[in-house]
Amino acid sequence: MAKVILPELGEGITKATVSYWYFQAGQEVKEKDDLVELTTDKAAFNLPSPASGKLKKIFFLEGQSVKVGEALAEIE
Amino acid sequence: MFWTWSHGCFGPDPIIMFSFDILDLGLVDYSEALAIQNRLVCEVSSGVKISTLILCEHNPVITLGRQANEKNILKPQDALMKMGISTYNVHRGGDVTMHIPGQLVVYPIFSLRQWKRDLHKFLRAMEEAILLLLRGYHIKGIRKENNTGVWVGDKKIASIGISVSRWVTSHGLSLNVGGNLDLFSLIRPCGQDIMMTSMTEILGPNNVNIEKVKGVLIHKFREVFKA
Repeated sequence: MAKVILPELGEGITKATVSYWYFQAGQEVKEKDDLVELTTDKAAFNLPSPASGKLKKIFFLEGQSVKVGEALAEIE
Repeated sequence: MFWTWSHGCFGPDPIIMFSFDILDLGLVDYSEALAIQNRLVCEVSSGVKISTLILCEHNPVITLGRQANEKNILKPQDALMKMGISTYNVHRGGDVTMHIPGQLVVYPIFSLRQWKRDLHKFLRAMEEAILLLLRGYHIKGIRKENNTGVWVGDKKIASIGISVSRWVTSHGLSLNVGGNLDLFSLIRPCGQDIMMTSMTEILGPNNVNIEKVKGVLIHKFREVFKA
């Protein structure tokens, strides 16, 4: 089981908004595939998958805000 | 297993001095510059190329960032098409912006793995390069809190919006050196009711040369990013 965590993005940046999931729950993903796009005020960035496997659970939907260190999804 | 950008599949950070190449595209079609950016992001990300600072100008074009609301484009699409203005939805932060000839557009394709790994500091560093450049022209540029970009009084002179993939940046900033500012009336820049200004508007048309501004900006980027 691998958790997809929102990493440290920089000084003063404590959260980001999920703008796009490239995969849906239940789909197979490969390590390094772009998994989810997030945005802060003036930056958009892709988070790659940390592992290959099934995207078991998505914890934050598009439009929702995630804090640094929180898990966005689980991969089994 | 927990994963962060700093570990796991991307390995440790290489310990080398940050440096970057220059790629001056001149006046180039937006779609062509976008394709070049995308290619460079892959090459810099995989280590085939070092970080690269792209400089260019575009014919009038409107781009919508990830936070963009289409209502911030104030003319219908067919009217824009008749004016020869295309619109693009792009993978970058921010709302709507516009590029015009005479505006210097700068796309740093920088590996932040080799420079601080900090999106906030990267945005501030780009602002700093612009502020230093303006100071050299005796223009007092300022930052506004929670409003990324560079301003002169209440008017905006430089806009910023970036994209980051595997710690490699793309998109970037546009500095109004000159150009027809009336075209900004086609949009609400950054989704706000703001006025734009340019170096030419402030200093007079004969006192600013975009080629010279490019040279100074490269120098300021090297200073700020210590390349």
